Amino acid sequence: MIWLNVIVSGVLLGGFYALFACGLSLMFGVMKIINLAHGDMAVVAGYTAVFLVPKFHLPEVWSFLVVVPIFALLGYVVQRTLLQKSIDRDPFTTLLVTFGLSVVIENLLLEIYTANAQSINIGSLIAKSWQVNNTIYVSYLSLTVLIVSVVVLAALQLFLSKTSTGRQIRAVSDDREAAQLCGTNYRHIFGVASSLAFATVALAGIAFGMYTSLSPTAGGVNLLFAFETVVIGGIGSLWGTLIGGILLGIAQQFGAHFNEQYTVLAGNVLFLLVLAIRPQGLFGKKVVMS
Amino acid sequence: MSVDDLTPVDQSITVKRHQIPVAYTLAGAIVLVVFFTWAPWILPASDVSILMNFFILVIMATMWNLLAGYAGMVSIGQQAFIGLGAYATLYFAIKGMDPFVAIPLAVIICAVIAFPVTYLLFRLRGGYFSVATWVVADSAMLVIGSIAFFGGGTGHYLPGLSSIAFTQLNHDTYLAAWFVALIVVVATYILLRSRLGLVLSSVRDNEVAARSSGAKVTSTRRTIFIVAAAGCGAAGAVLAISQPFIQLGNEFNLQWAAEMLFASMIGGLGTIEGPILGCIIYFVLQQTLQNYGAWYLIIFGALAVGVAIWQPRGIWGFIRDKFHFELLPVGYRVQGAGVIDTMSRGTLDWRPWRRARETPTDETEST
Repeated sequence: MIWLNVIVSGVLLGGFYALFACGLSLMFGVMKIINLAHGDMAVVAGYTAVFLVPKFHLPEVWSFLVVVPIFALLGYVVQRTLLQKSIDRDPFTTLLVTFGLSVVIENLLLEIYTANAQSINIGSLIAKSWQVNNTIYVSYLSLTVLIVSVVVLAALQLFLSKTSTGRQIRAVSDDREAAQLCGTNYRHIFGVASSLAFATVALAGIAFGMYTSLSPTAGGVNLLFAFETVVIGGIGSLWGTLIGGILLGIAQQFGAHFNEQYTVLAGNVLFLLVLAIRPQGLFGKKVVMS
Repeated sequence: MSVDDLTPVDQSITVKRHQIPVAYTLAGAIVLVVFFTWAPWILPASDVSILMNFFILVIMATMWNLLAGYAGMVSIGQQAFIGLGAYATLYFAIKGMDPFVAIPLAVIICAVIAFPVTYLLFRLRGGYFSVATWVVADSAMLVIGSIAFFGGGTGHYLPGLSSIAFTQLNHDTYLAAWFVALIVVVATYILLRSRLGLVLSSVRDNEVAARSSGAKVTSTRRTIFIVAAAGCGAAGAVLAISQPFIQLGNEFNLQWAAEMLFASMIGGLGTIEGPILGCIIYFVLQQTLQNYGAWYLIIFGALAVGVAIWQPRGIWGFIRDKFHFELLPVGYRVQGAGVIDTMSRGTLDWRPWRRARETPTDETEST
């Protein structure tokens, strides 16, 4: 029964990680860049929900209605200005630029909002849970996040396979030059992909702020978890990302079961194992990653 | 191939490494060495501490530059080796060894740990490599943190220093930082002028061609990674002595990675002088803005982002291209009638497309 509990809480945590990771996965898949400021973007989204949303006289539970559109727009703008400039140089520059952004964002948050932890107030919902049996409790919040995560992934999958823009995104991701020859403006497509990625990361940041507390330096750890999720699941596979998140969640809960200290370490060990045994990830295609 | 083999057919052309006579560079270097060795006796203690921290950052930035600027590996996990160096020093100090004697041992330990780590990390390239180095650093921190011997999360005082008077300790630590920095910079310079530097520049120009010509690319990268780990281990060991309370979050801080990255970036990647210049800018900023919290880091980071986008060769690269001036050249330069003086243009530059955009000249280049 204890193990079932570990697995259930791992799966619930995994949904959250998958939500975090799908933006990272999308940006890598389409633009071939790793956004090292990904985790910090989530934290900024959380802070926006805490500090901006109350000004709209909106309950914080509904903050995503405001934050997600803002971030979708922000994603497009950031891509078309800063990121596109560095992509135009080379992948090397995008790493330096996004890492620089990450440090700048972290320290700006620290200066403006201090190191105090903030959290998104969702009232009594935080404590409500569904009791499966004597030992297993499923909190409504975790379950909601897992469902949201699955819905987001399914919607992304549908969008990429069924719509015209989605097809263009896949075309640019497969072969940018060929897509360009067929009349696709790849810069715009990059902007759209980045906008989607930012929208999902905003959702993840809000979920994070509801789960635990936000602090300016929380972004780094979140990036690590998101990255581990992507690599474990396999690069370029959206459903792989979900499985990767769930496996990471289970590994962490498994570690935590023995000692609270081993939570993150167990996840890192799983990641390094996957790297050693199957570097393309569980569902990834065997490609040269460069 | 050495410069002696490069005798040009056209005798009106000369191939030179040094633009300034070597004697001048050497004389300047000797003056600097004497000054910085003498510094603790002539400067106030507070300045000595600042200089010490400066040299620790110089070590880190030089090592990061070797990794990223010359070998194309953007690591954001070098704090792993800073932390491991610090904790190795702590280990030997607890066992009763003089912490200063433990520095070389810490270096060896970091190099030994780095070796197997490369087999994992080298499976990934580009951005994936970067984040994986971070995962390794995070794991190293968590493992060290779970060992009660090192005081876990609360930290541990570095023993073996209490018998030394404060001013004496300050002098000794400064000298350790300065000598390690000197060794690291000189070793990097020698390394880049060796065969290894030649392999690195051939990989930079065209990795496929370099591989097919028999350049041992992976083992060269591995050597560079291990050297950088050892160097960061030395920085960590000196850092441990300078603090000397050793705390997990402090030694394995991501901020080290940020500082070494920004300093090399702003100063100029792929040059020996650049990272040192970047460290000077960093310390000037930090000292000027020391009453304004983290703003110095925000400005420094924003500056690095700007440099990465608009001036990717950094400040030193800009000076070099503009004034055709280099203090510690690792490449050769062709001079003579009809040769446009383009001062080892793009020396170890990782961006082949920019080389293509530049107007081709009849210059030949080699390291």
